[in-house]
Amino acid sequence: MSLDGPPKAIAGPANFIDERIGAGTFLKRNLRKVFPDHWSFLLGEIALYSFIILLLTGTFLTFWFKPSMAEVAYNGSYGPLVGVHMSQAYESSLHISFDVRGGLLMRQIHHWAALLFVAGMMVHMLRVFFTGAYRKPRELNWIIGVLLLTLALVEGLTGYSLPDDLLSGAGLRITEGVAISLPLVGTYLTYFLFGGEYPGEDVISRFYSLHILLIPGILLALISAHLILMWVQKHTQMPGKGRTESNVVGAPFYPSFMAKSGAYFLFTFGVVALLGTFAQINPIWLFGPYTPADISAGSQPDFYMGFLEGSLRIMPAWEINFLGHTLPLSVLIPALLPMGIIMTGLALYPFAEQWITGDRREHHLADRPRNNPHRTSIGLAAITFYGILWLLGANDVISSKFHISLYTTSEVGRVVIFAGPAIAYYITYRMCIGLQRKDLETVVHGVESGVIKRLPNGEYIEVHVPPAEDLLALMQGKKSIPAIEAASDGEGVPPKGMRNPLGRIRARLSEAYSADTDAISLDGGDGHHNGHDGHEAPHAAVGAGGDEAKSIGH
Amino acid sequence: MNSITARRRHPFARYAVLLLALSLLGGVYALLAPGGDRADAAIASGKADDVTAGKELFAAHCASCHGLNAEGSYAPGGASGPSLIGVGAAAVDFQVSSGRMPFANPGPQAPRKRPPEWVSPDTVRQLAAYVQSLGGGPTKPSLASVDPTKGDPAKGGELFRANCIQCHNFVGSGGGLTYGKYAPPLNPATPTQIYEAMATGPQAMPVFNDSTITPEQKRDMIAYIVGARNQADPGGSGLGRIGPVTEGLVAWVVGISLLALAAIWITAKKRQANHD
Repeated sequence: MSLDGPPKAIAGPANFIDERIGAGTFLKRNLRKVFPDHWSFLLGEIALYSFIILLLTGTFLTFWFKPSMAEVAYNGSYGPLVGVHMSQAYESSLHISFDVRGGLLMRQIHHWAALLFVAGMMVHMLRVFFTGAYRKPRELNWIIGVLLLTLALVEGLTGYSLPDDLLSGAGLRITEGVAISLPLVGTYLTYFLFGGEYPGEDVISRFYSLHILLIPGILLALISAHLILMWVQKHTQMPGKGRTESNVVGAPFYPSFMAKSGAYFLFTFGVVALLGTFAQINPIWLFGPYTPADISAGSQPDFYMGFLEGSLRIMPAWEINFLGHTLPLSVLIPALLPMGIIMTGLALYPFAEQWITGDRREHHLADRPRNNPHRTSIGLAAITFYGILWLLGANDVISSKFHISLYTTSEVGRVVIFAGPAIAYYITYRMCIGLQRKDLETVVHGVESGVIKRLPNGEYIEVHVPPAEDLLALMQGKKSIPAIEAASDGEGVPPKGMRNPLGRIRARLSEAYSADTDAISLDGGDGHHNGHDGHEAPHAAVGAGGDEAKSIGH
Repeated sequence: MNSITARRRHPFARYAVLLLALSLLGGVYALLAPGGDRADAAIASGKADDVTAGKELFAAHCASCHGLNAEGSYAPGGASGPSLIGVGAAAVDFQVSSGRMPFANPGPQAPRKRPPEWVSPDTVRQLAAYVQSLGGGPTKPSLASVDPTKGDPAKGGELFRANCIQCHNFVGSGGGLTYGKYAPPLNPATPTQIYEAMATGPQAMPVFNDSTITPEQKRDMIAYIVGARNQADPGGSGLGRIGPVTEGLVAWVVGISLLALAAIWITAKKRQANHD
């Protein structure tokens, strides 16, 4: 027998499997899959790996957690609560924290992983948004992502409520308030959720089923779909040397990307373990058991719900009383409007952009954020909107730690929530244009070499060298933003579909969205001659000095 | 006698007698009762000197706002202060020993600060004796009645959660209130000061008198507060013990930053030299 082939103990079973399910061809094809390389492409994996950690630590926690609201007197090893009456859920959470070996560490890792799960999804989503990676054919995967984010918020909210400590009760009370504020269905919904009057005795066990079974199941299914779609559609790549819409430049999945991805799992696990070991999170024993009469200062939700908390805090106390019915706008608007603006806006954005630009082509090359200024500005305006609400969710902490009057934070917040996004939009737009101009300068003039050259006629010039090839390719990867044909024909009649009011709005949006796109052209010498004629002589000198300068510069 | 006999049936006679009796009663009470109490109390406790010394301290350090006789004053935009008659020795001890009074810069609330040079346990006692002599009020608690080791922290914790944490936060880290006021952190407060604050209700705080929360319950609460602040955080750094705000901050600033750095490190490539 030759020594080249695998040992019989491996070859035998491998052949058995291969002949029956064709794993060999499948693996051969997929292990060679090429993944493009950019650090931001790993951000989504934070969420993926945090989810795996959540499943594992969560399973550990279920071994001891008792999802019951039955009243018991505490008799565990945490002294200051001995003899205090509490729910069994809270008692078992204390038991996990103080009397189960490694329980507190697992609880803390679970909670930190939950925060990183949502934070990882958010940074991943921002990367996809700002590079335009949601464009055709990836709109469906984008929508799956928005669903994942929404479900993660619900998953977080139910998990936050389970320990039944005073803080989680505060969150539950707001949840109830939001549910009951809904017109018509509110009271029914609350009764179904809580099994009667708040807080009742059912909500913990119901949230438990949702938290450990239903929502994680849906999350797992959607995450799988998300990954399969990504695999099938291939990853987008940043523009660069040799990168086109029809290829993917990068490293093969096996061994290169697999090693990186595996290492990144270990990094994620390491960071979560580090936080779980050294940073205390949700000290339920300090909050005490939940009673509806008590509330603590500094009762905030976990960070991902902070924007809803903030919108609730700055909302004026408006309500409408009509025929004996109350419509509590002061709860309805802050609970539904920001969520609606952000989540619906996210889900619809790819289609809105297609509608405005009329661009129905496939895109596999990512945009640099500066090259699509309106999209980037919309993104920054949304971040500002979200960020201000998020910040104001902590306005009592800001007030007490920075000695600012509480009402001042609310009043300033009510103005800034409208002005901030507009200002952010304008500043971002100007920055994008400025960065494009900077790119143009680099493309046309090259980069400073640090060499000053004296010409025979005595003139000194600064020697520029052409930018590195990959940098140049990245900059010249700029695509112009298409606009729909909306110009009137010779007789002043606009094209079909542009004549109704909606069409006119679409035409104007399209014009605005693609404005400035071709003003700065990066594809070679064109931009060079636009208004730069006066500098012709020095540029010739730059070109002449290029060869020599390179040998000095490198 | 005739004249009295004649006039005693005068229609106004009954009113005159009533008036006389009332003035006599009121006059005697005004002359004897409070004055007598004040003198008796001061003399009985051997603190007549404290009251005199306290009056001098009061005139030097407090009277500019609270008035020469602690009657209070109000000057829009200027030095104003409430009347101190009836606030009691406990209020003086709390405000002066914690440095809140004398008030340095008028603002929504007097902050805790280092007391000025003249403040010592003796001068605070004298000042308190003087204010106590003006109209009574809650007195400074004995050391035994604020001893945390004698209280029941579990019972105290329940009272603390029911009455205090909506402003002072779940471990007494403090919180914000309206119009620039705030509930200060309880960590620097001594057990005596915590008791006095409950008994006198300084600044924005309500009064929890002995019929609302008994002295024993106050001691239980002190036992819980002192126990909670001395407790080591079993889960690592307490992150300021102010709830999820700092947790979110750490998740982003530490967690996401470290992972972004890791991603940059993993995917880092050597810059290719320019081969043109």
